[in-house]
Amino acid sequence: MTRIDDKPLGGGHAVTVRGLVKHYGETKALDGVDLDVREGTVMGVLGPNGAGKTTLVRILSTLITPDAGRATVAGYDVVRQPRQLRRVTGLTGQYASVDEKLPGWENLYLIGRLLDLSRRDARARADELLERFSLTEAARRPASTYSGGMRRRLDLAASMIGRPAVLYLDEPTTGLDPRTRNEVWDEVKAMVGDGVTVLLTTQYMEEAEQLATELTVVDRGKVIAKGGIEELKAKVGGRTLRVRPADPLELRPLAHLLDELGITGLATTTVDTDSGTLLVPILSDEQLTAVVGAVTARGITISSITTELPSLDEVFLSLTGHRASAPQDATPADARQEVAA
Amino acid sequence: MSAATLSPTQAADMADSPISLRAHLRHTGALIRRNLLWIRQDPESMFDAILFPVIFTLLFVYVFGGSIGKSMGGGQDQYVQYVVPGLMAMMGMNMAQGVGTGFNQDFNSGVMDRFRSLPIGRGSVLFAKIAVELMRMLCATAVLMVVAVLVGYDIHRWAGLLASVGLSAVFGSALMWVFLTLGVTMKNAQSVQAMGFLVLMPLQFGSSIFAPTASMPGWLRHFTDYNPLSALADTARGLMEGGPVAHDLWVTLIWSVGLTAVMAPVAIHKFRTKA
Repeated sequence: MTRIDDKPLGGGHAVTVRGLVKHYGETKALDGVDLDVREGTVMGVLGPNGAGKTTLVRILSTLITPDAGRATVAGYDVVRQPRQLRRVTGLTGQYASVDEKLPGWENLYLIGRLLDLSRRDARARADELLERFSLTEAARRPASTYSGGMRRRLDLAASMIGRPAVLYLDEPTTGLDPRTRNEVWDEVKAMVGDGVTVLLTTQYMEEAEQLATELTVVDRGKVIAKGGIEELKAKVGGRTLRVRPADPLELRPLAHLLDELGITGLATTTVDTDSGTLLVPILSDEQLTAVVGAVTARGITISSITTELPSLDEVFLSLTGHRASAPQDATPADARQEVAA
Repeated sequence: MSAATLSPTQAADMADSPISLRAHLRHTGALIRRNLLWIRQDPESMFDAILFPVIFTLLFVYVFGGSIGKSMGGGQDQYVQYVVPGLMAMMGMNMAQGVGTGFNQDFNSGVMDRFRSLPIGRGSVLFAKIAVELMRMLCATAVLMVVAVLVGYDIHRWAGLLASVGLSAVFGSALMWVFLTLGVTMKNAQSVQAMGFLVLMPLQFGSSIFAPTASMPGWLRHFTDYNPLSALADTARGLMEGGPVAHDLWVTLIWSVGLTAVMAPVAIHKFRTKA
């Protein structure tokens, strides 16, 4: 079967979404979403649980149909041309997964055959991808014996078999420890280097900054901001300063001092007693200097001071004026269960 | 290129690409291989297929065989000749019960999302499941025949025996579409199992599979007479032991075709549109 290499309808856009709506009963999982992903870029879709990220990915991978709106991927309409669309997309995510009872090699061979590769090509592709994702050693073991990171790598390998033009990564590192997360990031960066267009959903600002070139922030089924990472960071108000005084008893006096000086970004200074640090949102390098100056003037010894990206919470607070929707809001997964019932 | 300026050839490209029969067979074959690998990975999943015929044959022949045989005017030997064709007819149905459970577990694991995001015919996953269950059924049938011969069953007609196996497979696969539908729609594997048990249990025992219906009260006999499982068992009996089969055979085939015609599209549709 030949690959159809149509030029995308969207004029350089690999993914074009217009007014997409999906309701699950009362829950508006998507409430009129617009989105464009340029070819060869990584679009990060950032939002809390229940924001509609997974629903968006499920529509774009033809697992569910939208109630209203249009979406095309690589020029193919998600509703009218699902099979052609499936041929040029890959899916890795919280829900799509590998067959745990099958060895890694068999998983990849199976998908190769389902993508119409010949037996020989499917075998070669399975070997090649296991090698690339450092799974050759584990090729013959059932995937159920794999570690979390290995499983996620196998998942990535599985979504790459058909050499997709567009890859969906639905929260690819949720539930992974930091070391494994870095591993997965490296793999994703390598795939992006190969020219694949990626739509990445995530709850972590850090992940978005690591992987994405552009960001779309969603909340409660709506797009609340979009733009380049730097642009958004500027909009949100820069960074969070994490200050750790040598003596934890200095935490509160220090917080009080900074409040008096009026050095704050968008959120307010908070004390994190568990880690013994003070979180100071700042807007500029001048503020950073001022904080350091104030601390020095007061003679407080500091054991560490680091700058971090604003947290998802801070992003939301600055963009919407409210905290990120509570995690207990109906997630698409819950809604899915209700619909299935 | 915009939607407004499509040439006729481009418009033709806009239609979704169909899947060829060869591609269908290739996909189904690959998925059959997957399901067989499951069995190799987890040989215990064959236990039910192997143990069921052993336990049922021994149970019915030795527990009920003597008394039912006597009431039939013979003894245990006569009952063996009666019940073995009935058990044979049941084999496909028994496999059908398990198919929904396994399918439901598949769905909860998320691997189905992967399959459904691939450009394969929606039926392939279901056809592969049914094909593998039929293979399991053949294993179970072979075990049944060995046990049956050991407890004294005389094989009178080999052709009739093979025809019964075929009929059992046809009826069983028709029922599998019902259970696949349950497997897709119900929340968890336990409910699918409970549902299967609740539906099939009365149908199995309220039929002529295990005992002649002559001694049953009138109201029950009405039920057993219309119960397709009675027709199925009586056909197998006729084929293996001799006697008229035409009417029961037709009833069984009509039920099989009817169930498949109604439930296969439902199962495939549910599979396709599961959210």
